[in-house]
Amino acid sequence: MADEIILLDFWPSMFGMRVRLALAEKGLKYEYKEEDLRNKSPLLLEMNPVHKKIPVLIHNGKPICESLIIVQYIDEVWHDKSPLLPSDPYQRAQARFWADYVDKKLYELGRKIWSTKGEEQETAKKEFIECLKLLEGELGDKPYFGGEKIGFVDVALVTFSCWFHAYESFGNFSIEAECPKLIAWTKRCMEKESVSSSLEDPHKVHGFVMGMKKKLGIE
Amino acid sequence: MGEEVKVIGSIKSGFCIRVEWALKLKGVEYEYIKEDLRNKSPMLLKYNPVHKKVPVLLHGDKPIPESLVILEYIDETWKDNPLLPEDPYERAMARFWAKYADEKCLFGAWEAFKAEGEEREKAMESALESFAFLEKAIKGKKFFGGEKMGFLDLVVGWIPHWLSVLEEVRGMKMLDAERFPSLHEWAENFIQIPLIKECIPPRDVLVNHFHATFSHLRSLSASKP
Repeated sequence: MADEIILLDFWPSMFGMRVRLALAEKGLKYEYKEEDLRNKSPLLLEMNPVHKKIPVLIHNGKPICESLIIVQYIDEVWHDKSPLLPSDPYQRAQARFWADYVDKKLYELGRKIWSTKGEEQETAKKEFIECLKLLEGELGDKPYFGGEKIGFVDVALVTFSCWFHAYESFGNFSIEAECPKLIAWTKRCMEKESVSSSLEDPHKVHGFVMGMKKKLGIE
Repeated sequence: MGEEVKVIGSIKSGFCIRVEWALKLKGVEYEYIKEDLRNKSPMLLKYNPVHKKVPVLLHGDKPIPESLVILEYIDETWKDNPLLPEDPYERAMARFWAKYADEKCLFGAWEAFKAEGEEREKAMESALESFAFLEKAIKGKKFFGGEKMGFLDLVVGWIPHWLSVLEEVRGMKMLDAERFPSLHEWAENFIQIPLIKECIPPRDVLVNHFHATFSHLRSLSASKP
């Protein structure tokens, strides 16, 4: 019996992109369903009654929610191809730690960068760069966080890179000037078909954020 | 595998105890290093420079911070008495509920504990809504892990002991047996398990600690402009 895989998603979501990337790495076919978050579908509400959020992966009728949990699920079910987590328990712990770090820090700081002004924005920018520098340190001289191939942390982080242009534009700063190694890593990742086909065009994302700012009445 | 195991923690933390329970369940000997969170040791800052928090597991010279990451590491390193189920879907469910319990139930209970006045009712309702989801998750089961306790039981294990202390200190009731009968029953069973019971700190220590914490928080907000 062929696997039925459905992804409930919202095109600009860096969390949804993580799932698209994991599915692409594993070479899996799936049905993509775009959600209108101002008018959530009965399917989304049924499949994620707790959070009512995307992404939701529906595998043979069973829903899995929360992007990093979905990515681990995909990695465990389709474990034969392109493993995302290493096999050594300590390295796995380190990968989980850094993916969790990305989750705890980047989204909120990024949101503050495009939605606030003055001191609040400056503080967010400073902290954002500090986080990226810490991640740069963790990357070190490796081509990817996963070593020679992309892994769990690469998947967790690279999807934010298509939001960088929006952050830079609305925050009036350059991420590349502060974190050249990290930008080099994003470009390296983008050379892979699985990454480039899963991430959105930064200009499109910029347009989306501009629209959000207008709607929220933020200049 | 003969490397030393140490836990850097605080006995007052509901996050640290889950690590101790996991190690005991697996029959792993460890040394507990008590940390004074108001005066963090160079050791803690060295082994968890990013978050500077407890718990930290030290296996030989390898530090692992973040309690949920530690639990998975323990489960993968010592194979006796598995914490997570084998089936990937069941594992995803356990991870989902663990994240939910920490982000909504524990955080919600803490917010309700700290809140005063008008804020308090809102915080309570929000916390109780999250408990309702946990009630659904345990309904019809002896443990969150099924017939035997597992990952999720350890993660929400703060409820039987810590929550009742928070309730006592603030004179509030959250784990109502009528509103959450299954969760209440699970809590009563869980805390009686010898391995679980023997790790929890004396109740009066926790009560005193959280009384002091609440007074401290109150004085902080009183001094705010």
